[in-house]
Amino acid sequence: MKDPVLTVEGLEVRFQGAAGEIPAVQGASFSVHRGEVLCIVGESGCGKSITSLSVMGLLPGSAEAEGHIRFDGRDLLRLNREEIRQIRGNDISMIFQEPMTSLNPVFTVGFQLMEPLVVHRNLSKKQAFEEAVRLLERVGIPDPGRRMEQYPHELSGGMRQRVMIAIALSCEPKLLIADEPTTALDVTIQAQILELILKLKEDTGMSVILITHDMGVVAETADRVLVMYAGKVVEEADVRTLFEDPKHPYTKGLLRSMPNVDDDTYTLEAIPGTLPKPGEIQQGCPFHPRCPEAMDRCREENPRVFTHRPGHMSRCWLAEEEDQDHAGESVG
Amino acid sequence: MPEKVLVKLENVKKHYPVRRGWLQRTSARVKAVDGVSLDLYDRETLGVVGESGCGKSTIGRTLIRLEKPTEGKLYFNGTDISELPARAMKPFRSKMQMIFQDPFASLNPRQRVGPALEEPLTIHTSLSKGEKRERVMGLLEEVGLRPDHYDRLPHEFSGGQRQRIGIARALALNPSLIVCDEPVSALDVSVQAQVLKLLRSLQEKHGLTYFFISHDLGVVRHLCDRVLIMYLGQTMELAPVRELYKNPVHPYTEALLSAIPRPVPGRKRERILLRGDLPSPADPPKGCPFHTRCPEAMEICKETRPEWKEIGPGHRVACHAR
Repeated sequence: MKDPVLTVEGLEVRFQGAAGEIPAVQGASFSVHRGEVLCIVGESGCGKSITSLSVMGLLPGSAEAEGHIRFDGRDLLRLNREEIRQIRGNDISMIFQEPMTSLNPVFTVGFQLMEPLVVHRNLSKKQAFEEAVRLLERVGIPDPGRRMEQYPHELSGGMRQRVMIAIALSCEPKLLIADEPTTALDVTIQAQILELILKLKEDTGMSVILITHDMGVVAETADRVLVMYAGKVVEEADVRTLFEDPKHPYTKGLLRSMPNVDDDTYTLEAIPGTLPKPGEIQQGCPFHPRCPEAMDRCREENPRVFTHRPGHMSRCWLAEEEDQDHAGESVG
Repeated sequence: MPEKVLVKLENVKKHYPVRRGWLQRTSARVKAVDGVSLDLYDRETLGVVGESGCGKSTIGRTLIRLEKPTEGKLYFNGTDISELPARAMKPFRSKMQMIFQDPFASLNPRQRVGPALEEPLTIHTSLSKGEKRERVMGLLEEVGLRPDHYDRLPHEFSGGQRQRIGIARALALNPSLIVCDEPVSALDVSVQAQVLKLLRSLQEKHGLTYFFISHDLGVVRHLCDRVLIMYLGQTMELAPVRELYKNPVHPYTEALLSAIPRPVPGRKRERILLRGDLPSPADPPKGCPFHTRCPEAMEICKETRPEWKEIGPGHRVACHAR
């Protein structure tokens, strides 16, 4: 395996709420390798966005993070604000779901594109302008010179997301975090944006963490996949294994509840029940109230992590029987 | 099999004026719906698909006369309702209902769910208090909620449960037509499937007709009998669901279908990448509205609007190239 760019170990994020502590991420561990796309999948409230915000050092003040996030030999959770600011935008960049809310409405596209170039790359204004035009060209925006003068509201949704990507790429990051980058876009535009992210990844060799809830997007973009549920990583596998041999009942449920476009004999199977509310105290596996295969043990004991084969892990007691032959390989 | 037509649209247009300047003169017209003719059959589910700004929501709202058509005729069960004044519309109102994308936005945050569901009954029926309560309890059960949900406030519900409340509200008056405007697109996938199953079982039980607006072609394939593809206020293609997915004819339909990410890793496929963005509906291109992005555009497409022609049983398309 190639060397990891980012390693997250035992990440715990808790929020201080009126009703006490609410755990948002519970013991997430994973790594991202050079030039790979890691998809984090899960439904709302599963902790996927909070995980990525921890990497960016952008957690809100009421949140407390523990564990290790290693990037470039440094632990991001131990850095002070100035040190993390140097990395953020420079080595790690992020794009968000709604580009309108992350672009400043009162500054031109050009101004916002040139800012990181001047701040992080110490370019002169003239150099920054030229570089910004080049970046807009690269993300496929027609007539970039004119676009530089325009304000975000003058652009379409897809165009704004391209601008966000251009800003994110301006400092040639080693890692790009994309949080639901296409959810607010139409399918034809989504296809363009995903294609663009993958192409830029090929060109620059950067790594990508792509957060999504769409299994179709996962299949088309990911090298490896993390499935999260209620703050925990419940399954990790390379993309092919995840679709062909999913182990966790939640992963299986997700795959079955997605309507298939190519098969009209396909029957949709819903996962019964609802997602647990954050902070809801759960005994045992957080998925057991909705799990079709839940056993007595699942209601009492939270499952540990089982390794099915190198790179394929799940957090489910069902794996135990299967795992007995190669006991000792599993990690707690 | 000749089917009964529940709603008939004849060249329906809905234009909105864009007013500018001190005198608020009409400087342009947004052609949200621009000449749509369509039959909606009794007890069918018609899926309406298109990208944002294609007019799919406007046509849904026009269908139940939340919007008055600027031009054209709208028939419900054979009666022309396109010009009916509010009072005369009232008996028709109870027959046509709507489910919205964000049910939370359509619920009063301070009103308990039970009374909220009783409101349509108060307006349209003469049921007593006890009878209304009984009816609402029945509705709650029907959509998979519990009787004790009657006294809860909207914020106490999850997204999926709120959508169930929205569905219960739509069902309250025993409608024959429900316009569903992106009813599952705000929901998580695992919950989305539950709501789709509910919609389907209610349709069978009550003989409902759905006008199902969505941008998700996967959901549409699963739920709908026929599919209508729209682009910038105009109809591009209409076909039975299998036919449309197996044999898409319009280049736009082909592009839409090819753009959907498929849950099959490692599959290399021919994706038709459309160039550019949707033009603004305030300034739609002349001729075929799709010609600016169409990979097969010809000279005629820039000038003349294609005819809405029938190319097979129940299969219509508006394209010069086909």
